[in-house]
Amino acid sequence: MLGPIVGVLFDGLAYGMLLFLLSVGLSVTLGMMNFINLAHLSFGMLGGYVTVTLMDGLGWPFLATLPVAFVAGAVASLVLERVLFRRAYRASDLDQCLLTIGIVFMSVAAAAYIYGTVQQPVQLPSYLTGSVTFLSVNFALYRLFLIATALVITGVLVAALEWTRFGAQVRAAVDNQRMARGLGISVDGVFAIAFALGSGLAGLGGALAIAMVGLDPAFAFAYLVYVLIVVSVGGLGTIWGSFVAATLLGISDMAGKYYIPELGSFLIYLVMVGLLMWRPAGLFGRR
Amino acid sequence: MPLPFVLTPNYLSLASQIAITALFALSLDLILGYAGIVSLGHAAFFGLGAYTAGIISTYGWGEPLSGLVIGAAVAGLVGYGASFVIAHFRHLALIMITLGMGLLLHEAANSASWLTGGADGLQGVNIWPLFGAFKFDLWGRTAYVYSLVVLFLIFLAARRLIHSPFGLSLRGIRENPLRMPAIGAPSRAHLREIYTIAAVIAGVAGALLAQTTSTVSLEVLSFQRSADVLVVLILGGAGRLYGGILGAIIYMVARDQFSGVNPQYWYFWIGLLLVAVVIFLPNGILGGLARLRATWRRAAS
Repeated sequence: MLGPIVGVLFDGLAYGMLLFLLSVGLSVTLGMMNFINLAHLSFGMLGGYVTVTLMDGLGWPFLATLPVAFVAGAVASLVLERVLFRRAYRASDLDQCLLTIGIVFMSVAAAAYIYGTVQQPVQLPSYLTGSVTFLSVNFALYRLFLIATALVITGVLVAALEWTRFGAQVRAAVDNQRMARGLGISVDGVFAIAFALGSGLAGLGGALAIAMVGLDPAFAFAYLVYVLIVVSVGGLGTIWGSFVAATLLGISDMAGKYYIPELGSFLIYLVMVGLLMWRPAGLFGRR
Repeated sequence: MPLPFVLTPNYLSLASQIAITALFALSLDLILGYAGIVSLGHAAFFGLGAYTAGIISTYGWGEPLSGLVIGAAVAGLVGYGASFVIAHFRHLALIMITLGMGLLLHEAANSASWLTGGADGLQGVNIWPLFGAFKFDLWGRTAYVYSLVVLFLIFLAARRLIHSPFGLSLRGIRENPLRMPAIGAPSRAHLREIYTIAAVIAGVAGALLAQTTSTVSLEVLSFQRSADVLVVLILGGAGRLYGGILGAIIYMVARDQFSGVNPQYWYFWIGLLLVAVVIFLPNGILGGLARLRATWRRAAS
C-alpha cells in the first residue's frame, strides 16, 4: 500500500532534483539581469555530450566527467555572454527570446550533426547501478546518488549566498541593480560569474540526466519547457523558489504519469497556468 | 499574380502555403507588432481553426466557406475567453502563460484522439468543391486562388483597423502601457479586442490549411508552429503589416529550397538567421529598409 506512494515520491524527488540543477542557474540570472535565456539548456546538453565523449571516446570514469561537464557549461556560457548576450541586455523580451531561441536551434542542429539523433547510452559504474531495498521499497542507487548530489549542491549554494561576499553581491544585484551599482558593486562582473556558475550547474545536470531521462539533440528543447515552468512557478532570482518548484513539479509529474497516464503532461501545464494566474511573480518571486 | 499559374503544381501548392503562413503571421503581427503582446502559443488558434474545419467535414459538412467561418468563430471564441487572462499579464508571466496554453491545447488534442485522430492525424477530411464548381485537387489552382483572395480581403480589413483610432490606441498601449489608462483609454478592453481579432484571423489561416490540404495533424497546435510564425514575422519586420507577407515568402521559399538538402541543418541556418536578425536587423527586413531610406534621405538633404 505504502510502496507505490513512496516509490512515486522518491522518483519524483529524484526527477525534481535533476530539474533543480538544470533550472537554478536560469532563475538567478533571470532575477539578476532580466535576461531571458532560452538557450540555458543548450549548456546542459553540452555537459551531457561532454560526458558521453569523455566516457566513450577516452574511457574516463563517470564521476570524473562530472566536473568537466560543469566546467564546459561554465566556459561556453562565459564565451557566449561576452560575445553575444551582452548586446541584448537592454533589448526587449521578444528580442532576447528570439536571440536565445536562435542559439538553441543552432546547438540542436550542431548536436545532431556531430552525434546523430539517437539516444546516447551511458555505462554507469557498477556502484551506481542496481538498487537498495528498504522497508520493502526499491530505491535505485543512481537516484539516491542524484538526490544526494543535488542536496549537497543546494547546501553549498545557500551557504555561499548567505556567508560569502560574492553571495552578498549576488543578492544585492538581484534585489536592486541600480543601488548595487551605486554602491560600487560591479554588477556586470558579478552577473558574468553567476551566469557561468548557473550554466555550469546546467551542464552538470545535463551529464547527470543521461542515466535518468536520456540524451539526444532534442534535449535542449524538450526540457526547456519544464525548466521554464520551474523558474516561473518558483519565482525569479531565488534558489529556494527553484528548489520548491522543481520538487513540486517532479513529484506531480511522476504522480500524474503513474496514477492518471491518459492526462500526460496536461496536469503540469494546467497547474503552471493556474499558479501563474494566482501569483504572476511565482511562489517566491518578488515583483 | 497570374505567374504562379504557369508554374508547376508543386509551386502552386507552395504559393498557397505562403499565403496561409502570411495570413497567420499577419494575425500575430496584430498582437505582437501593434499591441506588444508576446505570444509563444499563437498556434493554438491556428490549430483550433484547422481542427474545427477538418472535424466538421468528417461529420459530413464539407462546404469550404461556411467551414472557414465556423473555424474562425471557434478560434475567436476561445481567443475571447483567453484574452481575459492575457490582458492582465506582461513580461515573463505572459510569455509563460501563452506557452502553457498552447501546450495545454496540444496535449488535450493529443489525448482526445476520438475527436482529433490523435498522433495519427484527422482521418476522413472531405472538402466539397468551392461554390460547387471548383474542386480542391492536386493541381492546387483552387487552393491558390482561394487562399490568396482570403489573404487579400483580410489584409485590407486589417489595414483599415490599424489606421483607425483603435489601431492608434494599440500602438499607445505597446509603447507606454502605463500612460494609456491615464489618458482614459480602456487598454484592457482594447487588448482583449485585438487578441480576439487575431485569434479569429489565425483560425481562418488554420481552416484554410485544413481545407486546401485535406489533412490536419497535431503539428498545427505545436510549439514548433508558434515559434515558426514568430520567426517569419520577425524576419519580415513586426508592426508594419507587410512584414508577415514578406517574411512568409522568404521563409517558405528558403525552406523549400534548403530542406530538400537536409532538414536538420535547416534549423542551424534559421538559428543563425535569428541571431543575425536580432543583432543587426532588430526591426526585420522592412525595418532595415526603412532605416536605409531614412539614411539616404538625410544624406540627400
